[in-house]
Amino acid sequence: AIPVRSSRLPLLADAMPAPAHLFPLIRNCEISRICSTVCYCHHKHLCCLSSHFAHGHFRYAPQKKFAALYRPKENFNHFIHTRDYASTPQRFYLTPPQVNSILKANEYSFKVPEFDGKNVSSVLGFDSNQLPANAPIEDRRSAATCLQTRGMLLGVFDGHAGCACAQAVSERLFYYIAVSLLPHETLLEIENAVESGRALLPILQWHKHPNDYFSKEASKLYFNSLRTYWQELIDLNSGETTDVKEALINAFKRLDNDISLEAQVGDPNSFLNYLVLRVAFSGATACVAHVDGVDLHVANTGDSRAMLGVQEEDGSWSAVNLSYDHNAQNEREVERVKTEHPKSEEKSLVKQDRLLGLLMPFRAFGDVKFKWSIELQKRVVESGPDQLNDNEYTKFIPPNYHTPPYLTAEPEVIHHRLRPQDKFLVLATDGLWETMHRQDVARIVGEYLTGVHHQQPIAVGGYKVTLGQMHGLLTERRARISSVFEDQNAATHLIRHAVGNNEFGTVDHERLSKMLSLPEELARMYRDDITIIVVQFNSHVIGACQNEEL
Amino acid sequence: AGMFLRLLSDVRWRAAKPKWRRMTSSRRSASSTAEPHLVSLPAQAQVVICGGGIMGTSVAYHLSKMGWKDIVLLEQGRLAAGTTRFCAGIVSTARHVSLELKMADYSNKLYQQLEQETGVKTGYTKTGSISLAQTQDRLISLKRIASSLSVMGIPCEIITPKQVAQLHPLINIHDLVGAMYVPEDALVTSANVSLALATAASRNGVQIHERTSVSHVLVQKGHVTGVETDRGQIQCQYFVNCAGQWAYELGHSGEEPVNIPLHACEHFYLLTHPLKEPLASNLPTIVDPDGRIYIRNWQGGILSGGFEKNPKPLFTEGRNQLEIQNLQEDWDHFEPLLSALLRRMPDLEALQIMQLVNCPESFTPDMRCIMGESPTLRGYFVLAGMNSAGISYGGGAGKYLAEWMVNGYPSENVWPLDLKRFGTLQSSRTFLRHRVMEVMPLMCDLKVPRWDFQTGRQLRTSPLYDRLDAQGARWMEKHGFERVKYFVPPGKDLLDLDQSKTFYKPDWFDIVGSEVKCCKEAVCVIDMSSFTKFEISSTGDQALESLQYLFSNDLDVPVGHVVHTGMLNEKGGYENDCSIARLSKRSFFMISPTDQQVHCWAWLKNRLPNDSNLTMEDVTWKYTALNLIGPRAVDVLSELSYAPITPEHFPSLFCKEMSVGYANGIRVMSITHTGEPGFMLYIPIEYALHVYNEVMNMGQKYGIRNAGYYALRSLRIEKFFAFWGQDLDAFTTPMECGREFQVKLEKGMQFVGQEALLEQKQNGVYKRFTMFILEDHDTDTDLWPWWGEPIFRNGRYVGKTTSSAYSYTLERHVCLGFVQHFDEKTGEEQVVTTDFINQGEYEIDIAGQRFQAKAKLYPFSSLFTHRRRKDEVELSGYQRE
Repeated sequence: AIPVRSSRLPLLADAMPAPAHLFPLIRNCEISRICSTVCYCHHKHLCCLSSHFAHGHFRYAPQKKFAALYRPKENFNHFIHTRDYASTPQRFYLTPPQVNSILKANEYSFKVPEFDGKNVSSVLGFDSNQLPANAPIEDRRSAATCLQTRGMLLGVFDGHAGCACAQAVSERLFYYIAVSLLPHETLLEIENAVESGRALLPILQWHKHPNDYFSKEASKLYFNSLRTYWQELIDLNSGETTDVKEALINAFKRLDNDISLEAQVGDPNSFLNYLVLRVAFSGATACVAHVDGVDLHVANTGDSRAMLGVQEEDGSWSAVNLSYDHNAQNEREVERVKTEHPKSEEKSLVKQDRLLGLLMPFRAFGDVKFKWSIELQKRVVESGPDQLNDNEYTKFIPPNYHTPPYLTAEPEVIHHRLRPQDKFLVLATDGLWETMHRQDVARIVGEYLTGVHHQQPIAVGGYKVTLGQMHGLLTERRARISSVFEDQNAATHLIRHAVGNNEFGTVDHERLSKMLSLPEELARMYRDDITIIVVQFNSHVIGACQNEEL
Repeated sequence: AGMFLRLLSDVRWRAAKPKWRRMTSSRRSASSTAEPHLVSLPAQAQVVICGGGIMGTSVAYHLSKMGWKDIVLLEQGRLAAGTTRFCAGIVSTARHVSLELKMADYSNKLYQQLEQETGVKTGYTKTGSISLAQTQDRLISLKRIASSLSVMGIPCEIITPKQVAQLHPLINIHDLVGAMYVPEDALVTSANVSLALATAASRNGVQIHERTSVSHVLVQKGHVTGVETDRGQIQCQYFVNCAGQWAYELGHSGEEPVNIPLHACEHFYLLTHPLKEPLASNLPTIVDPDGRIYIRNWQGGILSGGFEKNPKPLFTEGRNQLEIQNLQEDWDHFEPLLSALLRRMPDLEALQIMQLVNCPESFTPDMRCIMGESPTLRGYFVLAGMNSAGISYGGGAGKYLAEWMVNGYPSENVWPLDLKRFGTLQSSRTFLRHRVMEVMPLMCDLKVPRWDFQTGRQLRTSPLYDRLDAQGARWMEKHGFERVKYFVPPGKDLLDLDQSKTFYKPDWFDIVGSEVKCCKEAVCVIDMSSFTKFEISSTGDQALESLQYLFSNDLDVPVGHVVHTGMLNEKGGYENDCSIARLSKRSFFMISPTDQQVHCWAWLKNRLPNDSNLTMEDVTWKYTALNLIGPRAVDVLSELSYAPITPEHFPSLFCKEMSVGYANGIRVMSITHTGEPGFMLYIPIEYALHVYNEVMNMGQKYGIRNAGYYALRSLRIEKFFAFWGQDLDAFTTPMECGREFQVKLEKGMQFVGQEALLEQKQNGVYKRFTMFILEDHDTDTDLWPWWGEPIFRNGRYVGKTTSSAYSYTLERHVCLGFVQHFDEKTGEEQVVTTDFINQGEYEIDIAGQRFQAKAKLYPFSSLFTHRRRKDEVELSGYQRE
């Protein structure tokens, strides 16, 4: 029924006989309920949860029992639905307006205010959007303007084993970065203001979609951790100007450290106590860009990706990677992990392209199961709330777990000086990158932002063309770009292509409609959560900055 | 000379060698590759014109014809090389604004004889033009133009689709409802027209220098003294900026910027190879506004362009981004226009493309061109911003500007085109960029009554804007200021913008009706903050003396009196119509129409003595103006103040500073600008909200409500009140509109315009402001009058209307307009007497349909039977003669 594109589809066949094996395993309905709240995770970042049972678990992962506890009910439904779906493909047909309302539900646009034709920021604005596959979505996004320093921060966060960690990182990371960038005097000023109860200087101007929430309950806790951090920065005052790269690395590491500490210390408030544990036991990757004038820094932890869209002189588009994926496909990353652990573990470190045979990203926030010693894990779980203690996942220790930590949140930072031909930056979680090649992403966004005709202008030149021929050609081109006009948001446009592209690289409405009408439980098999931020640069400003420096 | 010819390849040059050409050609043949040797510039000249396009050459041509010889024309590249070089060369008189129509008509006649006069082949061909209508509304719009054209003596005809097919063999007529045929319209080779004008000017002594660019204008004491060019300075008295799309930049290049609000947009047209059977060169030009295109024959093939819905503005950040000749063809952008072309002429499918030309055109914020003198720099003239009709307007516009420079004023009222209608508020590039994107598509959009621009809004607002908006206010804009049209009552929905476009009864009819009723029977508040307000004061009697000279009425009145008076020019015409309150012995508060802010300021600045003891201040922004209008206004105000405001204590045309509610220092005047009883409150802006709230609270028991300008308009028109800018202009005198009582010819001192008025008083007037009540007009089903409708007396054309409104009191449409008396045989203008007005049978022509009208020289008094109060002095003044 659905044109086979993803390699996941054949899994269905493997899975078919599974229910018989699964049912006896469901002993406790409670567990499935807890699972869905504690770590509502069937994300492929954890092997046992991704790709679902047949593929991830039965065939490869050794922890049959553990894995089977995850969402058994949903799995049952998969097969039922699959059968229905296969026999009545028209059942989930959506009209174009319905498709649009799904695609546009989470879209957000921000334009940097423009005054009298002069725009002093190198960023024109950004578009962002999310399309959930998990329910609820485990991706997060953030965007903010630094108010006490210059620059703009944008980031995408891909959670696994639940959304708690991604949520916390999306709320907190930019504050850590902003604080790391602040000059000593400003830090002192802020600390003094807090000390004397005066109004605090605003640090960040957030640009949030109404669905992007902040947790109210934890704000006090988060604030205290942040304050401890800046107090340390004040004490450490080196007198040197802050290097952005260093600031980014410090902020990432510090936040991960705080997440870990908060979970170890716990909180007297039982809700908060449970929250910090959920944050620490789930995980998240982060890909964050900091743009200040012509200086673009990208800090990446995990397998989300940043990509620069470059317009060549002939008008065509090319992509420049501004991050390295931290996964098994990155040889340097595999090498790094191997050097950090004894030779004896070499074989067990990376199995089936996963860290310890379980985790796909090789770097991440949270995921204390891959960071803490076994003793610490046991102690925290045992002293923790019942929900945690009853949870098989948290109790489960990864196999071959000898020399923790196996995982780090330290980012790799790439610095790029923007040039006038650098037109836009795409930050996206792997949900996008596994369906689309970056070259296609560059082309689609580039053409969207400038209008398709700028790329391949038609010139009559010396050729003999009649009005009728030209008209036919133009009508055809127009039909091809008509999907562009449907979207006011570059990220939405990209998602439309990512989900709806047929083998010819054009959006196929029928396919789009089917993909979007998949039942909740099935969606995750065909696609992952997708989160995209497209930042558009102001070439005039960048060109002017360059000239000034020359 | 060969070099020059090659550069303008399609120019056939046959003229005897003019002076300037000898210079340019000799230097080119001398050195073809190296820096050409240039003839040095003169050290001084009377006039320097910048720009060698159709505008610059036309101004030079007309100035030299009028006897000015000491003129230098500078062109940065080559003559006729900019937009003029590329433009489509259609001379079309089918224009909506009658002034533009006159300019186009003059241009047409000028170009027709230009070849004979100069010997330069202009390519002038009389082809005629056909404007097509795909909808009934479009046909109405064309019929309105046709009415205007015929009374001007320009042949034109509304024709059926079948007749269209007979006139043009290629047109698909299946979707047409009608068309307008103007047989005299023509085609020209625009560059050659410009060269012909240059040739004639050069023969008359104008010096022309190519490859010379003006960097800025030199100024001393607010006066042009010279120009700085890349080849040295020229001293001059007058500078004319005809720099086309660079006019804005050039205006801003000097120390004292001159704001010329225009912005360029890309404009595309298509050229094809000849048809198998080449098209006849006299085939009419086709304009298909509903398809947004025009089509003319071109060397046996066609030339077709249009005005797309999504224009591409360019040169926002200045000229250095791109050079004109490097502009790209953009076929995808042209696609909708190409579709429209093939729909109109399906047989062209097989025709082979030659080129898609990208020719930027400059557009202005209100779709009308810009001419006149800078309000701040004397001797700095401008002619630019042709909104893609440069060839049609070129001749006429050049003529008017030359007259302006030589005589001090053109022979027509050009206020609609006057540079001074704009202020600095229209100089933002962002504003211009956004506005021209709206203006360019408007070229083809239906021109319906009461159309408002949607871009560049909410720029100037009253402090009450949000309050009024929350109460359902619908807004229009004047001079950047938001003004309320009417208030939509809660729960009532009006049509959206596009649907509300109509030539018939609009959907707000009942809403405005109830606002008018409330003004008549109870009391309404209208926010009129947009009015221009000046304060003029002095240490001694200078203020009074100067104003007595500049204004026609007697301003030496007791303190606290308000005087309605005209600010007249030497011919006795209204430069401004205002109300002046004498605040103290030595200070005056002057209220003028909104769009007078720049013009009136410049007029007074240039004429007030340069005396540091005499000050004039623009206080427009300092005061919010609320008009409390209606019979109960006096009751509302009485409750808010302890000052007695009964007619005995506060007669009409009085001004008093008093407290209203808690707020002190409110200037209350017993005038309403409509003839209804009531007050104007001039409130320092920080008190505006307080006073508004107090008035609304207190007014509740008197049935107070908000009203807007549409209600005001209906009220003032049914009371025969003329408004400057609509009815009155620089060519109208108080004598001609029954306002002799506002002129004190014997006030004991001279004033501007006095002589002209005395002469008129003796000899009579040649036009007379008249009120018409439509008799057999059905408000529900007939087309509504707007303005510009021809007036017929005993079947003969005698003038045009200037404004109109539905009178809810008379339950009839009222049109105001001027009646002239043309001699039946000679066509000469005769004196218009009261008898002449009274003894005629009148008809008003609305889009070709004539309606009987009753003419009146005085407003109805019996209709307004409410308790007579002293403030009807304001009204009764109009009844005396």
